[in-house]
Amino acid sequence: MPSLEIRDVSKAYGATPVLDRISLAMEAREFIAFLGPSGSGKSTLLRIIAGLETLDEGEVRLDGERIDGLPPGRRGVAMVFQHYALYPHMSVRENMAFGLRNAGVPKAEIEARIAEAARILEIESQLDKKPGQMSGGQRQRVAIGRAIVKQPKLFLLDEPLSNLDAALRMRTRIELAQLRRRVDAALIMVTHDQAEAMTLADRIVVMNDRRIQQVGAPMEIYARPANTFVARFVGSPAMTLAPATLLDGEGRFARVRLGCGAEVETRVKRSAVPNGPLQVGLRPEMAAVAPPGGGTADAEVVLLERLGERTLVYARLSDGQEIIAEDKGDSKLRVGETIGLRIDGAAAHLFGPDGVGHHAEPAE
Amino acid sequence: MNGARDWRGLLFVAPFLSLYSLILIFPLFRGVWLSLNRVDLFGDGHFVGAGNYVRLAHDPVFGTSLVNTFEVTLMIVPVLTMLALLLALALNNAGKGAALLRGIFFSSAVLSVTIVTLIWRFVLAPDSGLIGELWKSLGWEPLAFLSAPGLVLPAIAVTTIWWSVGLPMLLFLAGLQQIPGDMYEAAALDDSSRWTTFWRITLPSLRRTLVLVVMLQTAAQLQLFGQAQLLTAGGPSGGSRTAVLFLFETAFGRWELGYASAAAEILFLIILAVTFLQYWSTARGAEGGDAR
Repeated sequence: MPSLEIRDVSKAYGATPVLDRISLAMEAREFIAFLGPSGSGKSTLLRIIAGLETLDEGEVRLDGERIDGLPPGRRGVAMVFQHYALYPHMSVRENMAFGLRNAGVPKAEIEARIAEAARILEIESQLDKKPGQMSGGQRQRVAIGRAIVKQPKLFLLDEPLSNLDAALRMRTRIELAQLRRRVDAALIMVTHDQAEAMTLADRIVVMNDRRIQQVGAPMEIYARPANTFVARFVGSPAMTLAPATLLDGEGRFARVRLGCGAEVETRVKRSAVPNGPLQVGLRPEMAAVAPPGGGTADAEVVLLERLGERTLVYARLSDGQEIIAEDKGDSKLRVGETIGLRIDGAAAHLFGPDGVGHHAEPAE
Repeated sequence: MNGARDWRGLLFVAPFLSLYSLILIFPLFRGVWLSLNRVDLFGDGHFVGAGNYVRLAHDPVFGTSLVNTFEVTLMIVPVLTMLALLLALALNNAGKGAALLRGIFFSSAVLSVTIVTLIWRFVLAPDSGLIGELWKSLGWEPLAFLSAPGLVLPAIAVTTIWWSVGLPMLLFLAGLQQIPGDMYEAAALDDSSRWTTFWRITLPSLRRTLVLVVMLQTAAQLQLFGQAQLLTAGGPSGGSRTAVLFLFETAFGRWELGYASAAAEILFLIILAVTFLQYWSTARGAEGGDAR
């Protein structure tokens, strides 16, 4: 039985639709990330699951029980808020006990659960402090602790790492990964940070424009993006999408010509490619730098981004199309220089006129 | 060099200091000095030491005025605070109706005491007043709010509450708007009932505002004057004479400036003591809260 099941959920604020017939099923103990830009509806969906927003249509079930009509506190979910939302006048212990007391949990049990959560989160010495006396990272742990003690069927994390500085974010990310192995519940995390989603989640739900764009394991989303939105949103820097036309031919795989005239031999099945204008999708690692005239096409270097172990080369093809290529860390290239680009079509993606992605056949 | 620089620095604060000394420090000490003299408005008095204070201690009129002051303050402050809080809670939403009602409830605060007492005369007058007519229509004998000894202080209290509820309401509204919305969402996920949420989330978050309102109102109502002067002139038979009304009558009715100053000093000390006591007890309460 799936742990969380969302069926045809729609939501509008007045005349503005924010969610359009969303359906999703989660496995038991699964960790799912809702990934999307601001305004994609991912937070609204989380809040609908939590009961902080109502839905206009559809239903939400948790462990088979329909919960969309229940008040937030009776749904068996716990939430970690973006700004923690701790009660500032209560001690850490009281913050964690508050929900349990409201639920009528016996006192001894409350104490035991708090002690256990404090041990896991290493905040045993902080239990009598007020949130105002703690650092951001410690408050984050208290917020997580407050969720853990409830022993919910489902954890909801709303941008849990966005308030932490870079170093602490990395550490907390690792801790979240460890935590999820300790708790016997499913987790949903909302984030706009793809690195968080890629590293933590079992599956990623990419959302945009009121709809789910793709659901899949992190590497599946990266390697086989369902459409141009997912292709551009996941992966950093974004995938280059260049207009291309399909060339006639007898081969099993599609061969396309870019605007600048260069031809790319893909491993996308010709029969799968629809008629009409295409876009070829190239990640930086598919375009290597070569001497001028020595590659698939020539380009002019517009910008260099030196990342240490590699250099990203932002270049412009002769028809003005921008493309991002990759060079070694100690690249000697300079802005304005003309270079050749060796495009490896074997992993290239093709997107049809409808934006739907078609991917390379796995190599035999 | 150093001394000269200090002296020039003083120039910057001199305008403020001179004005402050002239209209606050000087009158303060002048008042203390007056209270030690037997003096009227028209001539130099003579030093009587603690004479005025001894006389006050044995003056039943002053004693009654102090009791009246405390009684009316105790009638006003708790009710006013609770009413202001209830109004703020009811009107703490973004709707247009709430905005209109906020304006209406605040509007009484901008009226002068003269207008307020005029309005309440129409309400309280036994023969033709609003409440009198209401009573009569129910077949009851109208109550003489402003001339019956047991009713006059409550009547003044009601008038004052109606007049003063606007500002505390605004303070509470400002306090409520400081409470982040996600705290209420966290409480909802903690399955907190409305009552629990109010007691455990809203009220503790409003603690500072609550202390401020109670302290401001206590200090203000211990100086209640205009309503008593204009509604009843202290009557019947001193039943609504407040401390400030007493010292007004003494200073500007009987021209006993020294005696009135002594009464003013005593009232000043009482207000200071009460305010300090409130501050001290709430500060101690907060420490207790931290230790929990």
